[in-house]
Amino acid sequence: MHSNFGVFDIVGPIIIGPSSSHTAGACRLANAARAIFNRPVTDAVIHVYGSFAATLCGHGTDKALVGGLLGLLPDDEQLTHALNTAKQNGLSYQFVLEEETVSDANLVKFDMRSTDGASMSVSGASIGGGNIVVKRINNTDLEISLQYNTMIVDHLDKPGAVLSVAKILADKRINIASMNIYRQGKHGRAYMIIETDQTIEPEIVEIIRHFEDMHVIYIPQLY
Amino acid sequence: MLKYQYKSQIDIEEITKQEALSISALAVRHEAERQEVDESVVVQQMKTTLEVMKTNIKAGIASTKPSIGGLIGQNAAKMYAYADKGNALGGDVLCRATAYALAVTEENARMKRIVACPTAGACGVVPGCLGAVQEQRHLSDEVVIGALFNASAIGIVIANNATISGAEGGCQAEIGAASAMAASALTELAGGDVSACLNAAAIALKNVLGLVCDPVAGLVEVPCSKRNVMGVANAIAAADMALAGITSVIPLDEVVKAMKEVGRALPFSLKETARGGVAASNTAREIHKQIKQNVADTYDL
Repeated sequence: MHSNFGVFDIVGPIIIGPSSSHTAGACRLANAARAIFNRPVTDAVIHVYGSFAATLCGHGTDKALVGGLLGLLPDDEQLTHALNTAKQNGLSYQFVLEEETVSDANLVKFDMRSTDGASMSVSGASIGGGNIVVKRINNTDLEISLQYNTMIVDHLDKPGAVLSVAKILADKRINIASMNIYRQGKHGRAYMIIETDQTIEPEIVEIIRHFEDMHVIYIPQLY
Repeated sequence: MLKYQYKSQIDIEEITKQEALSISALAVRHEAERQEVDESVVVQQMKTTLEVMKTNIKAGIASTKPSIGGLIGQNAAKMYAYADKGNALGGDVLCRATAYALAVTEENARMKRIVACPTAGACGVVPGCLGAVQEQRHLSDEVVIGALFNASAIGIVIANNATISGAEGGCQAEIGAASAMAASALTELAGGDVSACLNAAAIALKNVLGLVCDPVAGLVEVPCSKRNVMGVANAIAAADMALAGITSVIPLDEVVKAMKEVGRALPFSLKETARGGVAASNTAREIHKQIKQNVADTYDL
């Protein structure tokens, strides 16, 4: 939780009830997963753990998770109808209540597919007050808050990869607030997570997208 | 360093004295400088916030639909009908504030759009108090918007120096914070000065130290909805005490610090885990079992 509270963090935020962690946070996690997958989700297996599993319907967590995958935001009253909307919009979903004990009170894993056959797995935790952390993409453990503008660069772990991205950002006068690298192993796939205060223009993302062995997703500050 | 930045009761006292401001005016100025916008912009944002609260009150007293967890949903309407008889023991303001707080919390539990104040679980206290007093005293929305800024300043002090999360500090951190916020806001509404507001907040928070977070079946319904009403009653009493000239022997900053320590000392079972307090009662266990069964039936597991 940040320590520089504004008026509307306290008298607010305006959200769909009943729980900032189980409803708003769940919805944000699904939005995060959808944004990272960067494709329309047509098929999702949603694994819920801990308190998410225990109270699933009682906090509308099921609706919030499915609604978030459809791109509905935590203050959208349509969340209440998300399960029906999913059927109409061709999103088929299935919940798996996991009994495994995990360290996060509220954890969810989305196994997502889209019509083009692409698939991705994204896990994250709701950590209170509607705040979230993305904790895993496919087989890589990482940590992304999405409270900044975030660029996720899926790249091959090799010398110069980080420099080439950092150089483009420096040339375009983008100030990096934080940068972390998470890799599966030496010379394997790795993720660069770059957080910036400024927004990154699509043309900059496009330049990096054309680098050899790099896939890039840019997610504007989620909340 | 921003000119109007405050993180404690002492900051609020110093800046409001130096600049001859009310707490609400200070909160408006700081939020404007923080967002780097004109004061009218943040006032407009608060107007939107107040609209949501009013919508919740109106819809909540008119609805008897069950909550999504199924444990509440009938109480606001009952209380409102009772208030209309004009014979309540606690008088008209307390009775209506009770109905409104129940209304907002029941709307929250129906998955409606609400204002977390400071949290979703405690969303009924501040609108309940302000709604009833606005009606009784025929106050303009502008005045109530000011009171919401006042409330936010108290909430910011508590969030900065302790916590507003039930999982971290128990219910004292949620309903306690909301009650302190409402007490200060009511005091300013009724013409109290800065010192009276801070005393009201200190008294209200002090009164609920140790309050545990024990949601039945883990849902934000029982005892949360009625605890909002306790927050309302406590806030009104604290504001009246402060307006009568009664001071808190322990100043707000020290009460906030004490709240944080008590929160630390509370066991895990009494911090939103649904493992202690009334959540561990036989009735609650039965309810929990039933809800688990409903989840399993819904998803055919």
